[in-house]
Amino acid sequence: MTIKNLEDLRKIKERAKLSTSARRKSETQVIVGMGTCGIAAGARDVMAAILDEMSRAGVHDVSVMQDGCIGMCQKEPLVDIVRPGEPRVTYGNVKPADVPAIISEHLVNGRIVSGLVVAKV
Amino acid sequence: MEKLARAHVLICGGTGCSSSGSKEIIPEMRGKLKAKGMEDEIKVVETGCHGLCELGPLVIVYPEGVFYIRVKASDVEEIVENHLIKGRVVDRLLYREPATHATVPDYDDIAFYKKQQRYALVNCGHINPESLEEYIGTDGYEGLAKALSMKPEEVIEEVKKSGLRGRGGGGFPTGTKWQFTRNAVGSKKYVICNADEGDPGAFMDRSVLEGDPHRVLEGMIICGYAVGADEGYIYCRAEYPLAIKRLRGAIGQALESGLLGENILGSGFNFMIHIKEGAGAFVCGEETALIASIEGRRGMPRPRPPFPANSGLWGKPSNINNVETFANVPSIMRDGGDYFASQGTETSKGTKVFALTGKINNTGLAEVPMGITMREIIYDIGGGIPNGKKFKAVQIGGPSGGCLPEQLLDLAVDYESLIRAGAMMGSGGLVVMDETTCMVDVARYFLNFTQDESCGKCTPCREGTKRMLEILNRICEGKGTEEDIPLLESMAQSIKAGSLCALGQTAPNPVLSTLNFFRHEYEAHIRDHKCPAGVCTAFVGYTITEGCRGCGLCKKVCPADAISGEVKAKHIIDPDKCIKCGACQSKCPFKAIEKG
Ligand SMILES: Cc1cc2nc3c(=O)[nH]c(=O)nc-3n(C[C@H](O)[C@H](O)[C@H](O)COP(=O)(O)O)c2cc1C
Ligand code: SF4
Ligand code: SF4
Ligand code: SF4
Ligand code: FES
Repeated sequence: MTIKNLEDLRKIKERAKLSTSARRKSETQVIVGMGTCGIAAGARDVMAAILDEMSRAGVHDVSVMQDGCIGMCQKEPLVDIVRPGEPRVTYGNVKPADVPAIISEHLVNGRIVSGLVVAKV
Repeated sequence: MEKLARAHVLICGGTGCSSSGSKEIIPEMRGKLKAKGMEDEIKVVETGCHGLCELGPLVIVYPEGVFYIRVKASDVEEIVENHLIKGRVVDRLLYREPATHATVPDYDDIAFYKKQQRYALVNCGHINPESLEEYIGTDGYEGLAKALSMKPEEVIEEVKKSGLRGRGGGGFPTGTKWQFTRNAVGSKKYVICNADEGDPGAFMDRSVLEGDPHRVLEGMIICGYAVGADEGYIYCRAEYPLAIKRLRGAIGQALESGLLGENILGSGFNFMIHIKEGAGAFVCGEETALIASIEGRRGMPRPRPPFPANSGLWGKPSNINNVETFANVPSIMRDGGDYFASQGTETSKGTKVFALTGKINNTGLAEVPMGITMREIIYDIGGGIPNGKKFKAVQIGGPSGGCLPEQLLDLAVDYESLIRAGAMMGSGGLVVMDETTCMVDVARYFLNFTQDESCGKCTPCREGTKRMLEILNRICEGKGTEEDIPLLESMAQSIKAGSLCALGQTAPNPVLSTLNFFRHEYEAHIRDHKCPAGVCTAFVGYTITEGCRGCGLCKKVCPADAISGEVKAKHIIDPDKCIKCGACQSKCPFKAIEKG
């Protein structure tokens, strides 16, 4: 890479910020159930879809975390969205195809995707 | 474009953690993650030093920021299975506060880090030091870009405004030094970075070079622009192979991307940096000796003036600063000098990195705001004295620093307050001593170091330190006399006055400061033939008490034939023959031998 001026530098900086954004704990979180039940139900694919979608949309300053079994095995894969000052929303039976909507609607814009919600606290 | 990873596993690859085994953890972690098909989801990053090397190898897992200590390759599986898959923290690998033994999962909640203010060390342990991109991601080279948009004089003004002073020992105002070099006549000028770091136990500069090499390069390039130099040298001790490797890598990246070399960032400014490996003598850290060493001559100090700013490397104006000094420059340029000047005390701005060692719970590197008290450093950050022992003194400023007692613990640390107390900032070494330390012995230890490292050029330094050392040896051996104390004091003054460089000028400090605050210990050695801390073996004696049954066992084990006595009669020890090995005491079945 060649950096000819301040503008080039800023561009690299934006890109680099994204690649290190996981090194800060954010108040905004996506939590995927990765217990044995979750993984059996396809949580790994859902996780991959979440990371793909976030990279594609350039979403950063969001912590993507994992959780063990929380006793709702029949509803796995479970995905929780936490936004500061808002109730924690749990989505159930999430499929990779549902991920783009959850990310762009709820995580980014705060609009709950009603069909998949299993709990709100 | 690189895909977003949900978690980052930071594994410390600094010198400390590497030697305790982090090099095996890295491939193990990568392998285990790959086996689980998670190599894209979770990024493994090798970082520089976090300053808690004693507890290494360190592994930090983000986004949670969980801090694992003493991790072994065999622990990796558990971290992957429990933490990275199920989100369950591995309790047994967590850091524990020394005072309460409570586990602290969160990096930011660890007392050692809480009171620190990381400015020069901000990236150390947090970024991959081999990645230029990660450095840029933390605002790297922004200070340079800003500097290049200003006039050189304005850059110097900003550094002056920050109040930054040299972190290599002397504490000379950095902006003023830059001004001298800028004003010096000549078209060829140099920038030199002093990375000799000869103080025993010090490793702040090494950590910065290993953990954030671009920051030092950026500071040097800004300096080059400000003083009008087009070439720089980093004089780094050869015992720092990792630092040198990282520097070489960083120089290569900076050259390739146009941050170093010709026409930097399109500004028309050219600057090149070379590395010179030093042979390691302590005195080579002195600036004129260092310059001689770069030129290929023997590293010996010469009288100043002329100062390097006017006549330095190959007789050309040269600006020399310490690693930590340069490491502060990029952020000063980026944030402006006023921000830096808002931290610290009236005369000492910003932060200072200290290396805590000795009898302290958390040994390691800590960067603190100037003006913090010694008590906060030792008790809040350092976690206090281990094993319930009492604090006795702290030695600050490296081998020629001074020892400060308990009553000065609330001293606000800055350049001036330390000098007034008979110590000095030095490069930031802090050795904590507890009640089991003999202060005469400590003075002897440090003087022995400086005496050994004297280059021999000036008689007072060469011969004077030798004489002082002989006197200290005499006192420790129980042969001191009343005249010895005033003699030490007068010799100290003449060595300070008659030495060419700061090595000789400061070498007597440990003796003077212990005489000042712990004179009673010298007197106890001389008058009462006692070492109050029980360290000096000359005063330790073994005696046989009335409990002796005359079994003769002690006589058999004594390697010096010092014990005599008839069977079933009380035995006695001949103190002139006894070599104080203690063998008899541990052998006696009736505990009839006392040490005192
Ligand atoms: C015996 C002796 C050893 C020194 N060792 C070092 C050293 O290892 N690193 C360092 O930066 N300065 C060392 N100095 C101080 C340098 O001479 C010089 O003052 C310093 O590099 C200037 O940089 P600064 O203004 O940024 O502190 C030493 C001085 C003496 C007298
Ligand atoms: S003071 Fe000591 S180390 Fe310094 S030049 Fe003189 S003899 Fe050498
Ligand atoms: S070993 Fe103990 S009891 Fe036996 S002779 Fe020696 S001092 Fe006396
Ligand atoms: S301390 Fe050692 S040398 Fe002295 S009397 Fe005991 S055994 Fe002998
Ligand atoms: S080398 Fe790992 S903490 Fe210092």
